[in-house]
Amino acid sequence: MSSDDLDALALLHDPVRRSLYDVVAGSGGDVGRGEAAEAAGVSRTLAGHHLDRLVEAGLLESGLRRPEKKGPGSGRPAKVYRRASGERSVSLPPRDYTTLASVLAGVVDLLGAEEQAERAARDAGARMAGRHRGEPVERVLSERGYEPYEEDGLLRLRNCPFHVLAKEQPLLVCSVNLALCQGLLEGLGDDPGRARLDPRPGECCVALAASKTNED
Amino acid sequence: MLSDMHLAQLNIAHMRAPVDSPELAEFIALLEPVNAIADAAPGFVWRLKESETDPTATVVHDYGDHLLVNFSVWESLDALWDYVYRSAHLGVLRRRREWFLRVAEPYTVMWWIPEGHIPPLAEGMRRLERLKAEGPSPEAFTFKDSYSSSEAASLPAAAEARK
Repeated sequence: MSSDDLDALALLHDPVRRSLYDVVAGSGGDVGRGEAAEAAGVSRTLAGHHLDRLVEAGLLESGLRRPEKKGPGSGRPAKVYRRASGERSVSLPPRDYTTLASVLAGVVDLLGAEEQAERAARDAGARMAGRHRGEPVERVLSERGYEPYEEDGLLRLRNCPFHVLAKEQPLLVCSVNLALCQGLLEGLGDDPGRARLDPRPGECCVALAASKTNED
Repeated sequence: MLSDMHLAQLNIAHMRAPVDSPELAEFIALLEPVNAIADAAPGFVWRLKESETDPTATVVHDYGDHLLVNFSVWESLDALWDYVYRSAHLGVLRRRREWFLRVAEPYTVMWWIPEGHIPPLAEGMRRLERLKAEGPSPEAFTFKDSYSSSEAASLPAAAEARK
């Protein structure tokens, strides 16, 4: 754990900053100062102050959005905020599961044991479901950090909880993640076929088709 | 300011059966949709095509009939990564064992080229051999051990300084 991580995360103890962070992170894209202020129910000036603190701490990134109208009178580009790509974590006592996961993913790759890894992931997903009996899959995925949202009749997942590993071993990790989601659906008594690979840049590789019960 | 560099990539795959066999038919049928995704992908620059009219024609080369060759140029590492792992290409890649043998040695190589330059296939094969023999370097690398274009561009100067 670095003290930087702890300091950055401690900033979110402030309820205004926390809700501004949630607004920006939950949008999945760029959010202007005014939009963030309105969503968090605070003034523009206060929002700007706190958003800039979050940028300084590396939790958010800022950029400029060109005005929609071009030419004279279109005004200055507006400052916008998005979630920073870097990740922060704090563990007490210190833990490092990423290094271990990276080593094990490398072993699976060396052995060509992807199919076994997928079977293990499906079982792990089903076991995970055992702790969430009766809950809708959206809520479980949300608790697991996938940040689900609906688009065009699909349940898409904004966040990849395995980001570092997915960068390192994308083929393995995305296959394992798909199997995990299928196992989870199965364990919840849902249709595992709802989960399928539908990767897009910057998001999780899995999307869920609409459930049959919702279509009825 | 250096001129823009583009990324060249070559990968070879060892087919389980001849290219015109029933075992490969499903893969050959996927070439058109998958290549269409590549051609439309952000940051795609160029790919080696055997035919402008027949999307099922695979690249003919001198390195063995069992090898399928993909050779392309991209604006950046991220653009190529997003195509390979964050498009419908990923689903086809997952099924690779149905059509291709698993190989222990490197089967893909990347290197930086000046924008506008299209390297010959033989250069790609030489770079792949170099990667196999010497491991990753700015002249021949992979996603796992990648180098930025500035690291590659500073090479000749760095070599001069060591003389």
